[in-house]
Amino acid sequence: MTSHLVTDPNIDAPDEFYAALTELHRDLDDPESAKVNAKLILLLANHIGDAVVLNEAIALARSKPGA
Amino acid sequence: MPKTYQNPRYPYRRSADQDSAGAHHPVIIVGAGLVGLTAAVDLATRGVPTVVLDDDDTVSFGSRALCFSQRTLEIYDRLGLGDRLQAKGVTWNRGKVFFKDRLIYSFDLQPEGGHRWPAFINLQQYYPEQWLVERAEESGLVDLRWKNRVTGVSQDGDTATLSVETPDGPYQLTCDYLLAADGARSQVRRCFGLAFDGQVFQDHFLIADVVMKADFPTERWFWFDPPFHPGQSALLHKQPDGVWRIDLQLGWDTDPEEEKKPENVIPRLKAMLGEEVDFELEWVSVYTFQCRRLERFRHGRVFFIGDSAHQVSPFGARGGNAGVQDADNLCWKLAAVLDGRARESLLDSYEVERIPATEENILHSTRSTDFITPKNAISRAFRDATLELAAELPFARALVNSGRLSRAYCPPHDGPGPLGPNSLVPGSPCPDAPLQRGNQRSWLLQQLQGGFFGIYFTNQPLTEEERGKLARLTGDHPDLQSLVIARQGCRTPGLWQDCDGLFEARYGATPGSFTLVRPDQHVVQSWSVLDCEAVARSRAEALS
Repeated sequence: MTSHLVTDPNIDAPDEFYAALTELHRDLDDPESAKVNAKLILLLANHIGDAVVLNEAIALARSKPGA
Repeated sequence: MPKTYQNPRYPYRRSADQDSAGAHHPVIIVGAGLVGLTAAVDLATRGVPTVVLDDDDTVSFGSRALCFSQRTLEIYDRLGLGDRLQAKGVTWNRGKVFFKDRLIYSFDLQPEGGHRWPAFINLQQYYPEQWLVERAEESGLVDLRWKNRVTGVSQDGDTATLSVETPDGPYQLTCDYLLAADGARSQVRRCFGLAFDGQVFQDHFLIADVVMKADFPTERWFWFDPPFHPGQSALLHKQPDGVWRIDLQLGWDTDPEEEKKPENVIPRLKAMLGEEVDFELEWVSVYTFQCRRLERFRHGRVFFIGDSAHQVSPFGARGGNAGVQDADNLCWKLAAVLDGRARESLLDSYEVERIPATEENILHSTRSTDFITPKNAISRAFRDATLELAAELPFARALVNSGRLSRAYCPPHDGPGPLGPNSLVPGSPCPDAPLQRGNQRSWLLQQLQGGFFGIYFTNQPLTEEERGKLARLTGDHPDLQSLVIARQGCRTPGLWQDCDGLFEARYGATPGSFTLVRPDQHVVQSWSVLDCEAVARSRAEALS
């Protein structure tokens, strides 16, 4: 069975997650923020692992809004 | 400057060809470097005489290629140089990666045993070149012509014609086949006006060979952004003779000529090695690099091998090793065509097989370079994030790329090979395995030297019928030899035994299975049952 990227709502507590994400970058300058984001992406990507899902996410992240 | 090695000077000798118009040879090789000499010696082992032209009169200056991979060592063993390379070379399997001021992890390149040759040895390029010259001369089949500079090449349907400049003036030669092994600045390539396109990396690297007595272990050490060389990368590697190779990334805004001066090199090395370490400079070079290749490696009568056909970044040891494997792929085919066992069209398979291998090398070397030298702020953020995570979390170590080290090229495949899930797919290089017969120990690849081989696997003494089939195969095809391997633990006096079970495991062999191997130790095909007609068809296909 091939899995695909989940794009339906799937985060348990969306507001809490979003707040944690914002909090993560408090007091960081831009280069530090960029590195923290990079770490977060790498950690989550490893958790997912599946190349199909990762490539779908990469393609979707790069697509223009409304396109 | 070098103190540990004196380049031999090979004398120019006037050839009788210089006094006769229209001297013709079956094979001429341009370039007596690592790859050209490898091709000359390989062809000599197959009985093919060659003329080798070189514009210089010595071997490599400086250590250059340095890292010789397992597949290259297997090829050099076939050419009679394996033991010598191993005895002189520095064997290493372990690498360490540093980020800023700390070690983030170590890796082992060959945790798997049961191979005759290690994953890598380090050896200055001039040693194998010098030994290849000796082998070439011993063979009596290689006519090495030093101080013979090729100035022009042309070809028609049947022959290639070379204009050669010597200390005694110019002369002309013709040949059936021309191997251009004349390096990244290939004169032969220039003569045919062939495009050599690809990506130039805007960076400078300094290579220094230094002599020192030091306690660094025999490992490959790679630093990202070290305190002694901030913002750049550095590599330390051990060579024989107490020589160490140091590569320092310099960045694009540097002047190569300035950087090469000892007064600029020495402070950088002192910062790296420590003020108290005594060292002497042996050789220094500053380079930029490119990843590029010819679109085609065969142009009529002319074959491009090694750096004349492709260039990669040095990360991954994919330059010299790829060139040696080009020669390995081409030479048996050329020998088969020249002695009439194969049609000329076999030679087209050289580029069909080596272009994908080249693309793989370029891909890996480009990715390594992109990791080592991030092109923008976000790439750098990802790289630094990866390195920081790698110190704590093993998953991130798989993403760190300080060079993906050269391995033999395996063609892509869908699904398992013909013998099931563990079997090798056609086109794979043959993995090695230890063998034993009575008290005698050997290695599989040492038994597969010369022509085609059929490996028959059994779990009992051979029956009359089996012996008959093998005798018929080798009788019908004089270039095919058989090798019978008995399963580990079976009582089969007189047969080679798969003493550690590694042949069975690595080839997916089953009792009664048969694997046909090419003269360059690559798998043609495997069958679960020996069918002489199928083997004969496969051999014929491998020669067409």
